[in-house]
Amino acid sequence: MEKSSRNLQILNIATILLMVIATGLVFLYAPQERTMGEVQRIFYFHVPSAWVSMLAFFVTLVTSIAYLRSGNPRWDIIGRSSVEVGLIFTLMTILSGSIWARPSWNTWWTWDPRLTTYTIMALIYVAYLMLRQSIEDPERRARLAAVYGIVGFVTVPLTFMSIRWWRTIHPVVIGSGSATAQGGFDMTSPMRLVFFFSLFAFTVLYFCFLASRVRLENLAERVEQMKAKLLSAGG
Amino acid sequence: MSEVSSQKPVAQAQTESETAASRRAKRPLSDYRPLIADYFRAAGAVIWKDLSAERRSKELISAMLVFSLLVVLIFNFALELDRQARENVVSGVLWVTFIFAGTIGLNRSLAMEKDRGSLDGLLLAPVDRSALYFGKAVGNLIFMGLVEAIILPLLSVLFNLPLSHPLLLLVVLLGTVGYAAVGTLLASIAVHSRARDVMLPIMLFPVAIPVLVASVKASAAILAAAGWDEIGLWINLLIGYDVIFVAIAFMVFDYVVEE
Repeated sequence: MEKSSRNLQILNIATILLMVIATGLVFLYAPQERTMGEVQRIFYFHVPSAWVSMLAFFVTLVTSIAYLRSGNPRWDIIGRSSVEVGLIFTLMTILSGSIWARPSWNTWWTWDPRLTTYTIMALIYVAYLMLRQSIEDPERRARLAAVYGIVGFVTVPLTFMSIRWWRTIHPVVIGSGSATAQGGFDMTSPMRLVFFFSLFAFTVLYFCFLASRVRLENLAERVEQMKAKLLSAGG
Repeated sequence: MSEVSSQKPVAQAQTESETAASRRAKRPLSDYRPLIADYFRAAGAVIWKDLSAERRSKELISAMLVFSLLVVLIFNFALELDRQARENVVSGVLWVTFIFAGTIGLNRSLAMEKDRGSLDGLLLAPVDRSALYFGKAVGNLIFMGLVEAIILPLLSVLFNLPLSHPLLLLVVLLGTVGYAAVGTLLASIAVHSRARDVMLPIMLFPVAIPVLVASVKASAAILAAAGWDEIGLWINLLIGYDVIFVAIAFMVFDYVVEE
């Protein structure tokens, strides 16, 4: 117990440091983008949030498969925690994207493929949490949630493909020479540095949240066990 | 000495491979046919059970049909439709109707199993669990197909548009297969939850979006007599979705129903 909470403390401090440095880099070091101006700096928070949310849901896919194959409840705890953390990053992505969209595209929201698919993905994982909440037996809950975690993740690329065959106005960041992508921009190398550092900081943030959440869940399990023992001893 | 000892393992290996080959030879392909026959017989039994139960009580089909009619009615009032608008929205209305009716059918089909305890009875059968999934899914497909067979001509009359193009029927089939496949799997998950009727749509609709999008777009393209590249694109997506999710369902169904 002591050791794991100390490791967590170290992770917390490292995360804080990284996020502070990343923020500093974004506001002080990154050059101002030519066409979009200051608001473009949201990009350094928005895109890493989006990638990390996808990472979180991918982690849930992996833990779901691992849980089904091994039956070890630890996988289920990690999977469930990853969904919760992933939904937080999803919310951050959508909010930061909206804030960015308003001055850039003059609208808070648009039904372009990436946004639509992303919303659907969020709804899938909200449904995951609702499913968990509505099943009482813990073993069955873990098993069924694992199955849904797999089905939900597999459907995301298919959803994206299906919706993509409509128009898109989402900025194409890497190598946007094409005229069809409105509001695209190329990254110069200081921008690239800041971006990748920010991505790294956000990934560490994800693991920090995940570790805390998993620890919380483990503690809750121990409380449940102690309560059960106490009740059975007293009764 | 060494030659003898080196000969012996070789001789041993030879006889070992001979016995393995003879073991393999002793189980010809026809040995597996009973297993495959059992599998399909089990699935067929599940389908037959669902169909005969339905023939006697007619509860599923009547619920699905009445609900579809109501949905079509509501659309009629919700959307003010002149001729041009009707042509634009008919494929959307079609698929929304099918999806809502299908959800009802899926829910009730699995709920009936669980409530009457027949799900446990099915699980006792000494057959691969995925045969049960196969039977259930095909049963749901048949029920949805029956409802669609009634709704399609009805919509054609109400909207005054021809809806009998063979490609359109193919798209309806493919879309229904995909929806029934995922729906049966998710319904068997949802049936264990407390808020059973609500849980299935919440889980199913986001996951079935590719089916919905592809089916609506394909139907609209067919009705507008678009070129094959557009129609083919959506049909390929439908086929891909069907294959992927039927495969996944087969792989995970065991985990859903194990006790």
